[in-house]
Order: sequence, then structure tokens, then C-alpha cells
Amino acid sequence: MSQQSGKVGIDRDECERALGEVFREFFDDDSLVLRPEMTAQDIDGWDSLANIRLLLTLERKFHIKFSASEVGGLKNVGDLVALIVSKMK
Amino acid sequence: MNRDLYRDLSWLPACPPGFNRLCRGMLESSGESFGAEIRQIANYALDDNQLLRLADTIEAGLANGYSSAPLQPFRLGVASNGTSELICKGIVATAARHGFALSCVATGYDQVLQDSVSPDSALTRFHPDAVLIALDWRGLPLLPCPGDANAAQSTIESALDYLDTIRNAIRQNTGAVSIVQNLAAPPETTFGSLDRILEGTLRFLIDGVNAGLAKRLRGSSDVLYDVAGLAGTVGLANWNSPSEWNLAKLPFAQVFLPLYADHVCRLLAALRGRSRRSLILDLDNTLWGGVIGDDGLMGIQIGSGDAVGEAYLAFQQYVLSLRNRGIVLAVSSKNEDETARMPFRQHPDMVLHEKDFAIFQANWSDKASNIRAIADTLGLGLNAMVFIDDTPFERNLVREALPEVAIPEMPEDPADYARTLSAAGYFEAVNFSEEDIKRASYYAGNAQRATLERQVGDVATYLASLEMEIDFRPFDEAGRARITQLINKSNQFNLTTRRYSEAQVARFEADANALTLQVRLRDKLGDNGMISVVICSPSGADVWEIDTWLMSCRVLGRRVEEAVLQELVDHAKRRGASRLRGVYCPTNRNKIVEQHYAKLGFTQIQTREDGSTVWELVVASAHAQPLPMVVRRFGCELVPSELNEWFVDPTAT
Repeated sequence: MSQQSGKVGIDRDECERALGEVFREFFDDDSLVLRPEMTAQDIDGWDSLANIRLLLTLERKFHIKFSASEVGGLKNVGDLVALIVSKMK
Repeated sequence: MNRDLYRDLSWLPACPPGFNRLCRGMLESSGESFGAEIRQIANYALDDNQLLRLADTIEAGLANGYSSAPLQPFRLGVASNGTSELICKGIVATAARHGFALSCVATGYDQVLQDSVSPDSALTRFHPDAVLIALDWRGLPLLPCPGDANAAQSTIESALDYLDTIRNAIRQNTGAVSIVQNLAAPPETTFGSLDRILEGTLRFLIDGVNAGLAKRLRGSSDVLYDVAGLAGTVGLANWNSPSEWNLAKLPFAQVFLPLYADHVCRLLAALRGRSRRSLILDLDNTLWGGVIGDDGLMGIQIGSGDAVGEAYLAFQQYVLSLRNRGIVLAVSSKNEDETARMPFRQHPDMVLHEKDFAIFQANWSDKASNIRAIADTLGLGLNAMVFIDDTPFERNLVREALPEVAIPEMPEDPADYARTLSAAGYFEAVNFSEEDIKRASYYAGNAQRATLERQVGDVATYLASLEMEIDFRPFDEAGRARITQLINKSNQFNLTTRRYSEAQVARFEADANALTLQVRLRDKLGDNGMISVVICSPSGADVWEIDTWLMSCRVLGRRVEEAVLQELVDHAKRRGASRLRGVYCPTNRNKIVEQHYAKLGFTQIQTREDGSTVWELVVASAHAQPLPMVVRRFGCELVPSELNEWFVDPTAT
């Protein structure tokens, strides 16, 4: 966990793994496996308010900030992974 | 890990891993102790996500038909101009920490006034006990008018009238108390510092509303929630998050939800008369730096001229300010009574004196039993008590035995003691009267002793849960400086108080006939470092005499003495000694070990002219007791057992 403090580069695989951990904890579902094409419809409890909380949680975890337009442009898990990877560069 | 005092509620113990599992476990159990379990979990420092999960767990448990007893029901209405769902859930979970089973109803979005004045709104029909009027600056009619003094005044007045209308309607329709938030200013200014002066700037209007609100609430039955103060404490730029407002109408940064909710619940507790009323203090390293029994009157750190002494001084001043507003003070210290009272009587820099304390408990019994005795003597419940101690061992022992007592985690640096105690908010009040001032003197400050009637809690179970590891090794170069320091500093738990220089210690180290031990103790709360030193040498054919046996008082009551004795007995047997001989040389500091050898099963064989007593133990008659700790040995020539996993060199010496 601690190695994610500070903006050190992260590749897609690492990001997906870390994201999977956050999702399983956040949605309280140990069996949850992330796939890039997943959307809010695929995960129980991923409503709009949960989405904001999830993004705030990711901001804290990765020490990054999302802008409103970035948040609005996210269509699926793959987009989210790509956005985090680009922010961690 | 760097915990922020306010944001992370770091006076509360950190949440153990597996929080989700804990929550699921509560729902999968029979639900018999649901209320108590919620309260226990709520007493960890939970973050915003954990609070929301706990709120969902509470809701699910109640839907299962579980009882929330012993939590006390409380009905809270929330009137907010932002998203209130998260606030409500955060408060529901936090309320359990303060002993409440809280149910919550919020006004409709932007319907604060309508829902308050309407006699058949959801809020009114909910029959709340209290309503939190959680409007921020965006929820009040505050149109800036820089430079227009008249318009500024009327804007302020109409905002205050608006708040009055809401709380009056609430009182009329429901009889509920209103808890009214004041306003945290956004950090953005129009002119800069001039905003504070120039009539009609947003900052000027907010200042005016805050001052006017305090005035209007003074003497009313409604209550102020000083959000302006809270936001200022954590920083306005941290508190105000424009993106979170824009994205989800969150009125303040979500990361502060735990802090915000805890402050709400303190007010609820104060309204119900459930704030804490008594503060029980440890002495050594809590009210002064150092250990009075070892360092002596002039060796402890207290008073000005030294940064550490000033830190303790500031803490004493803060404690005195609590005493002066009616908080009843007591002492619980592991010390001889006379020794513990000495600084209060003789040290010129002490701010607190014996007369400030209602009860003064200085003895060697466990602190849980002492705190129970203090509560009984004062006639106050354990849930009115706060206990401050710098030692994690004592804090956890009391937490385990007496979960009703509030025990803040204390920071490493005494400079932060006062701030931590204040941040925990145990003594929140919604009014202050003559009665309160009188109360402190009603509990006459005569620093009396309370009678210990019984031992509370199961100390053995607690010790077993500590996962202690005791580490024995002969004197060596690495330990020499610390050994010498302990030999020359320890006064209390010191059987002979023989002082040796580092060179002398080195000679014991090199003496193949002498048996030397340096003892360290670790547990799951941390490493206590070197806590005991023993020097033993042959005296005659088959007798081993204990020249030096000392121990840090911090580890009293943890059966370390027994472990050390077992180690000595093992060594004596190996070397063919049949008896161990110990001497107790009384000083005015070491009364605590007068009966040390008697307690360990030695027989007194002699009293010398100087008052010292001589004791012997027949090695063959000593039987090892199971002890609640793992023993690790380094560099000793004992036969390996399953315990000495680190057994080093069987052919040494």
C-alpha cells in the first residue's frame, strides 16, 4: 500500500490490480474481478453518489485529482484505468 | 503511518484490518449483542467509507429485527442545502460511538424552509428530538454588496431572520431543539485582507451572520454548532472543496465527514447530559516528563526554560482550565503514595496541586481496579470518566476491562497532549452555569484515596492477548551503555540499588563465573526495550547470590519477575547450584520490592543490622509456571527447548 504514495509511474496491469483491491473493498465483494469493459451497470451498488465517493477514494489512494470533465468522460473501468495511468506518469 | 489528529480522529484507536468482515460478522451472528458490537466498532477511528458501511450494517441489522440496546434512541432531523444522504449516514454510524441508536430524516433538497414550516412534512411527522440546521453560505440569501453598509446590514439581518424562522417553526411544529450551524467562509476573497473590513463582501457578511447567530442563540434553548471554528481548525481550503460541491453538492470535503459527524454527536450527547464529567490522569510522563520514583524531584521535567518541561506545563494548565469549569480531576498512578505526591507538594513549577484533585490513587494495583474505585467513590458512572495515560499497556488494559471509560490515544510528543485531549471533545457542553463551577468544589478537592474493593476485569486474559516476547541475553558490548544507565538510574524496583560504572559492568560481562542477564520485552503494542537487569555470582560451593536485580516499573504486573526467576533457576540448575540467595536492601525509594522474594517463594533466612533481609530459594523446589509470554534466549548455554528458538551456542564459555 505504502509504495503507492507519491506519483510514481504505474502500468496498466499494476493499476488494474490496485483498482481491483479498491473495488472489492469499496463494494464489499471479495469475488469481484474487474474487466476493462465493465460499467456501473455491472456492479451492485455503483450508483452516481457511490461513483463520486469511489473517485474520491481513488484520489486519496493514488494521490491524484480528477477534474469534472475527466469524471464526465469515463465510460467504463478501462477508461478509469487509462486515466489513472496517465495521471501517475 | 501519518495520522492527522483532526481529519483521522486520531485520539481513537486505529481500526484493525478486516473492517468489512467485522461488519458482515455482526449480521451473520445471532444479533444478541448487536448494539454493544456496533458501539465497539464505532469507537475505532473510522474513515468516511467505513462510517457509511457501518451505517448500512446498522440499517440491515435493525431490518433483521436485532435490538440496538443498550444504545439509546435518538431522532435527528437534518436540514441541509446540500446532499444530506452521506451526512445522515455518517451521523447514524458515529452516534453509536456516543451511545445513541440514531434515526435520521432529512429535508428534501432545497426544501429546508418549506419542510420546517409545514406541519405535515416528512420532517415534522418524524417527531425529531433535535434538528440539525446544516445550511452553509450557499444556502442563505447572502448577496455580496461591497461598500454598501446599509445593504450589508440588512442582508445579515435577513439571513439571521431566515434562520430564526426555521428554528421557530421547528420548535412550534415538533418541539425539537435546533442545532444551528454557523458558516465556514470559502477561502476565496475579492479584495484580500480588506474583505474583513469592507462592508458587504462575502467574508464580511459571513462574519456578521456568525456574530449575530451567536448572540441570538445565547440564552435560547437552541444550540450552536461552530462549523466555522471546525473548518478554521482544519483549514478553510481543506474544508471547502469546489469540485465536490460541483460534482455532488457535498457541502464540505467528504474526507471530513467523520470529524463533522463526531462534532454533531458530541452536541447530542451534551443535550442528553451524557458528556464526560471526570478526568483521571496518570502522572509519570503524563503530567511531567520522567519517572518521579527514579528521577527524583529535581530530575523530572516540568516548568519553563526547557521545551519538554514547557510542554507538560502547558498540559497542566489545560487540565487546570478544565478543573476550573467543573471537570472533576483524579490521579491514577503506579507509584508509592508519598513519592507521587511529592512534586505537587514540593516542586516549584507545578501548576496543579493536590487540592485540585478529588481522588489521588497512587499504588501498584492495576489501573482498571483503581478507576473503578475512583468512579465508585465519586458516585459517577464509568461512562462519565476519561482516562489519560501515556502507556499503551495501561490504556489497553483499562479499555478491555472497562469499555465505558473514554481513553484517548496519546501522541508521542507531550506538546500535543492538550490539543489531543481537546480534539477528542469529551467535555462538550451546551451551556455553562454557576452549578458547573460549584460542582468541582462539591467533589471536595481533598486528594483522598479511594478504597480498592475488588479487582475488575480479567488481567490474565489480557496479558495472554498481549503476545509478549521476553528476550534474555548475557551482558554484551551492545547493551553495556543501557545496562549501566539502568543500574545507575533505577530506584524503585531495585533490590540492592548497587551502582556500577560502565567499566565495572564490562568486568561482570567478562567474568566467566558471573551470570548476567539483560532482559527485553516486546508485545503487540510495541517494543519496551531493555526492562530488567540481573547480576548473579557464586557465593560458596553451591549457592548463587543475586547481586543486582532491577526492573522498569513500566512492566510491573506482567509477570516479568517470574520469568526472570525461572531463567535464574534454569541457569542455577545447569551450573550445579542448589540454592539461590537474594538480598533486599531497603532505601527510601524501593519499598515496592520489600516483599519481592517472598512473593517469588523465597524464605527469609536473616535480617541484617542495616535492615536488609536475606532470602533463599532451594532450586530443586522451584517449579516452572506457565507464563503468558514466549521466551527467547541469545548466547546462553542452556539446552534448547521449544521456546528458545533462537538458541545460539551450546558450547560457549
